[in-house]
Amino acid sequence: MSSVATTPAAGEVVGMSPRKRRIIRTLDIVGLIATVITVLGAIFWAFPLYWAVVTTLKVENDIVQPGIDLWPRRFTLDAYTHVLFNTKIGTWYINSLVTAVSVTVLVVMMSALAGYAISQLKFPGRRILWWIILASFMIPIPALIVNHFVLISQFKLFNTWLGVILPQLVYGPVTVIIYKQFFDSVPKELREAAKIDNANEFQMFFKLYLPMNWGITTALAIITFIGAWNQFLWPFLAVTDEKMMNVTVGITQVTDAFGVKYARDLGSAILAGLPVAIVYLIFQRKVTEAIMLSAGIKG
Amino acid sequence: MSATDTATDVPLPARKKRFNRNEVLAALIFVLPFVVVYAVLFIYPTLQMIWLSFHKAPLIGPGTFIGLDNYAKLFKDKLFGVAFWNTVYFVVLTVVPATLTALAIAIGVNRLKGWMQSLILACFFIPYILPVSVVFRVWGWMFDSQFGVLQPLIALVAGDNVPVFRTLPLFMPTVAFITVWWTIGFNILLFIAGLRNISPEIYEAAALDGTSKWRQFTRITWPLIWPVTVLVLTIQLIAQFKIFDQVYLFGNGGRSDATMGLVQLIYRSAFQKNNGGYGATVAVVLFLIIVVFSVLQFQMLRARGEK
Repeated sequence: MSSVATTPAAGEVVGMSPRKRRIIRTLDIVGLIATVITVLGAIFWAFPLYWAVVTTLKVENDIVQPGIDLWPRRFTLDAYTHVLFNTKIGTWYINSLVTAVSVTVLVVMMSALAGYAISQLKFPGRRILWWIILASFMIPIPALIVNHFVLISQFKLFNTWLGVILPQLVYGPVTVIIYKQFFDSVPKELREAAKIDNANEFQMFFKLYLPMNWGITTALAIITFIGAWNQFLWPFLAVTDEKMMNVTVGITQVTDAFGVKYARDLGSAILAGLPVAIVYLIFQRKVTEAIMLSAGIKG
Repeated sequence: MSATDTATDVPLPARKKRFNRNEVLAALIFVLPFVVVYAVLFIYPTLQMIWLSFHKAPLIGPGTFIGLDNYAKLFKDKLFGVAFWNTVYFVVLTVVPATLTALAIAIGVNRLKGWMQSLILACFFIPYILPVSVVFRVWGWMFDSQFGVLQPLIALVAGDNVPVFRTLPLFMPTVAFITVWWTIGFNILLFIAGLRNISPEIYEAAALDGTSKWRQFTRITWPLIWPVTVLVLTIQLIAQFKIFDQVYLFGNGGRSDATMGLVQLIYRSAFQKNNGGYGATVAVVLFLIIVVFSVLQFQMLRARGEK
């Protein structure tokens, strides 16, 4: 069943009793079965996505034919060209891009600054601030929708980019915690050396601590971007104007006047997921690192 | 840190000061953006939510203080009961299956090597990074009552095509299954990290002793992976109590009350019925539930950190 534990070496197996040898041989069969099950599981897991992509490449008439075609009979990009040219998906893309990038930049910047101060500087209220940040884990953000809505209405930010962006900044505390951990582990000698060179705190932060932790900054930025791009509940509440919708909201809320068109609906979904899928495929390592860090496991 | 103290010409008592003025000034500038955002968008809305729950108030505009009436109403409100039990049902259907399946997959993936491992892991992980709208469309198509690829299978069991998302007893289990498919990558990652932390020497020693693989699992893997299991369970628990997106989308835009969860009831009360006070009350209940589980999680993280 379980991991690695490779049989020591062929030579040692020979020296074992026949009973043990038999056990090891049956275990290899168990291992083979486990591998086969894992591979089948992976195929099962990937199939819905494969099926969706293949469907978008078919002619709409072929889609509704009986039988399962694992590959398009007639290959076409009609679904995509239709979605790209005849829906507002371009506008929605821009809205998603602007809001997700803004959330990312703002969250990472303010978290890095705060994380640095809490990690390296002595100031009154530091401990209280740290405890409040830790306690923020307890607040379920979806419970705040009512009051976030009241707030952005008061500031007349309904149906604006800023209205979508601001409430998402509450995802910052985890980022602060991770930054603090990383700044904590920068060797003190470097700080003392920079002090002797008369570096002020801003130089210290921008020339020493931030560059030393570029790795974690990119990891956090990537995962914040994916999270912001994927947000549904808040962008769904903060925007009712079709022109201001994010792509994740737009594709589910605005339906084609011509009824269900499977390839087109799926095509718009694939396009909505494409940016995060690409980001993930390019930065796999960073994404997994950041996810583990935000779960409290230091990689 | 007081090496550069410039306190030579200040009166004596000031020397005892714990803070360096420049440092404090820099710190304030550093934490200011975060503190402002945090106070305005986190602490203020939280306090206002509690305040609002004591009022009869529309979503926007002034209300009247009614004490605990909103809370009393909760107990009489059938919809609250439905939303609460739906949420609990959803949590039960997702949390333990997602955790155990993830552990099994992690063990399977961890046995593999090289590119094969990366490829297989990617298959399991990719759904997790996709937005809910994609998951909604992809599975809506899989289960489509006319042309869904799964309908032949369903017809084999049920005798005919079944509109799964319009059949109440099937709704929550199906959405729970889809949620497990969607989010399991996260759990798998944590389990793989946990498995890699177990020293291979322990297994080598056990293998030399002729311990069976099953005993290796029950005596070594399971006890050593237990802390990760608890972590995954609590993270899932907290996340799934906040369920909204999938249930709302698959539930045909929340048109049916029967599939409503707690967050959806907040949305329904505050946004669709314009009863901000009652919406806030439901939000406070959700808040209290999450607080209990978060305290649990926090204690565990601290225990891990101290080790």
